[in-house]
Amino acid sequence: MTQSLTLSNISAHYGSTQVLEDLSLDIAEGELVSLLGSSGCGKTTTLRLVAGFLEPTAGTIRLGDRDLTRLPAHARDIGLVFQTYALFPHLTVRDNVGFGLKQRGVSSAERTKRVNDMIERVGLGELTDRHPANLSGGQRQRVALARALVIEPPLLMFDEPLSNLDAKLRVEMRVEIRRLQQANGTTALYVTHDQEEAFSISDRVAIMKEGRIMQLDTPEVLYSQPANAFVANFVGFDNMIEMEVVQEAGDAVRVQMAGGHMIDLPKDQFTVPSKKFTLAARPEGLLVASPESKIGIPATLGMRTYLGRAYQYHCETASGTMLANGPLMTPFESGNGALLVPQPEQCCLLPNKA
Amino acid sequence: MKTRIHPVLIFITVVTFLFLLGPLVVIIGASLSDTSYLTFPPQGLTLHWYSNIFEISAFTRTMGTSFMLAIGGTTLSMLIGIPAAYALARYRVELPSFLGNIFVLPILIPEIVLGFSLMKSLASGFGVPIIAALLVGHALIVLPYTVRVVGASLNSFDFSIEEAAVSLGCPRYKAFFTVVLPNIRAGIIAGFILAFITSLNDVSISIFLTGPGVSTLPIQLLAHMEQFFDPTIASVSVLLMGVTVAVMAVVERTLGLTFLTK
Repeated sequence: MTQSLTLSNISAHYGSTQVLEDLSLDIAEGELVSLLGSSGCGKTTTLRLVAGFLEPTAGTIRLGDRDLTRLPAHARDIGLVFQTYALFPHLTVRDNVGFGLKQRGVSSAERTKRVNDMIERVGLGELTDRHPANLSGGQRQRVALARALVIEPPLLMFDEPLSNLDAKLRVEMRVEIRRLQQANGTTALYVTHDQEEAFSISDRVAIMKEGRIMQLDTPEVLYSQPANAFVANFVGFDNMIEMEVVQEAGDAVRVQMAGGHMIDLPKDQFTVPSKKFTLAARPEGLLVASPESKIGIPATLGMRTYLGRAYQYHCETASGTMLANGPLMTPFESGNGALLVPQPEQCCLLPNKA
Repeated sequence: MKTRIHPVLIFITVVTFLFLLGPLVVIIGASLSDTSYLTFPPQGLTLHWYSNIFEISAFTRTMGTSFMLAIGGTTLSMLIGIPAAYALARYRVELPSFLGNIFVLPILIPEIVLGFSLMKSLASGFGVPIIAALLVGHALIVLPYTVRVVGASLNSFDFSIEEAAVSLGCPRYKAFFTVVLPNIRAGIIAGFILAFITSLNDVSISIFLTGPGVSTLPIQLLAHMEQFFDPTIASVSVLLMGVTVAVMAVVERTLGLTFLTK
């Protein structure tokens, strides 16, 4: 029943503004892929194109062996969950869930059975005769989920489904969404601006910016090996240091940082990708150490904040302000000089475009 | 602690209510007077002038015309107004903002000008039959009410609901009837009633468009008053008032009058 989704070279415009540029995306059968990005990056546009509420100016959309590109929205057979839930206010929970089956001409008896099964599965047993106005946010989202799932669509799509819920419920509901999606083995496209949400439930995540996919990969790869500075910054590599290779020095590479300072990077820890590159480091990837240490970036420590697992320092260096973490046992005083030592497992080296 | 209300405020309130309700009390009183001329306070009490309405064929005939026009004109304005309000709300971003204001024009243009121009164009210009011209005229003057009131309920309508219906396999046109209409029902009823009352009580448009053999109740009332000055005029007025109040009461019971003031 479940099918793969393929977007090929999709472009979309609002008037003369281009919102998607030559976007291609493959979602395998049963896979959940998230589109992640800030508002205006084109993630919702992509979803609406697949749903059939917008038409692409170029490219094709295929679901399984069907070409959806010019198919009217109501004939696409896609389950949709909206940010605002979009339940039918004039219908009960039962009729909301049964709406899609009714459109498909499913007999009354079978409809009742399938609707009741689905309502049980999402845990809304006692609420079947209520109207949406008498449900809590979480319950409404469950109804919306049941309504989309009961038609057994080959593709499920979610448009920021949890952003109207409080933090605790958000975590609960995303687990629920993942559970139901995996139980049905349904292919799913999930749109969100919340990184934690996207990473926690997705098989793969596409990080988007200005109508293009910057990187599409598993959360693990995105988190540890971002492909470019944008993605690196997005996943928490707060420090970006421009570097240029000066010379090979035995088992280390001597590089010059923006601002002029030289530093030796051990070859067994860092693989330099090109002559000019960017060292992206999380705050925990720059360890604050005493000035007597062997290598590191000289810095003047500024404000210190307590994070529970570490202290974090705002540091002034010749290459600009940086965020670096220091050990709990030996807090440093602000105003003192220190060295920031790059930790290879919390850093990544990105080649600079020529 | 008791809230003190300023005596001046009480005075103004009382005066305002007297101003609003006083004439109505006079009319009701005059309609019950046992004299052959209009007078207040009534001298003697009789319901004769009420039964008299139904003995004057011009009143019964025009009453029929008025109700027919009110229902027909309002229905016509709904057929134009609901799709217009829908388009204005659905494509708020895409459509130029002046489009919405066009539908308010019939309120802004002096009705007497509107009536005159309708007479010139429809009746004299195209030779449209009187009843058809009246129907179009009434539809036109109530259009602002239907567009605004239906529009108000559409503005609070979440159009994702319509998209949800479409995504579940319901074609667009069908989704309008199965999902959109039921959820703006209250606005449609409120708009219908406002328009109905406006049409029923209209004088300035109708006076230009009525002609030989076809008239409306308010126009007949004017004509009657020019010839006779008996309390029938008052009783017809009370009857019109009664219909209006009854309709309002139904709205109040079913939807709450706040719909009209929103």
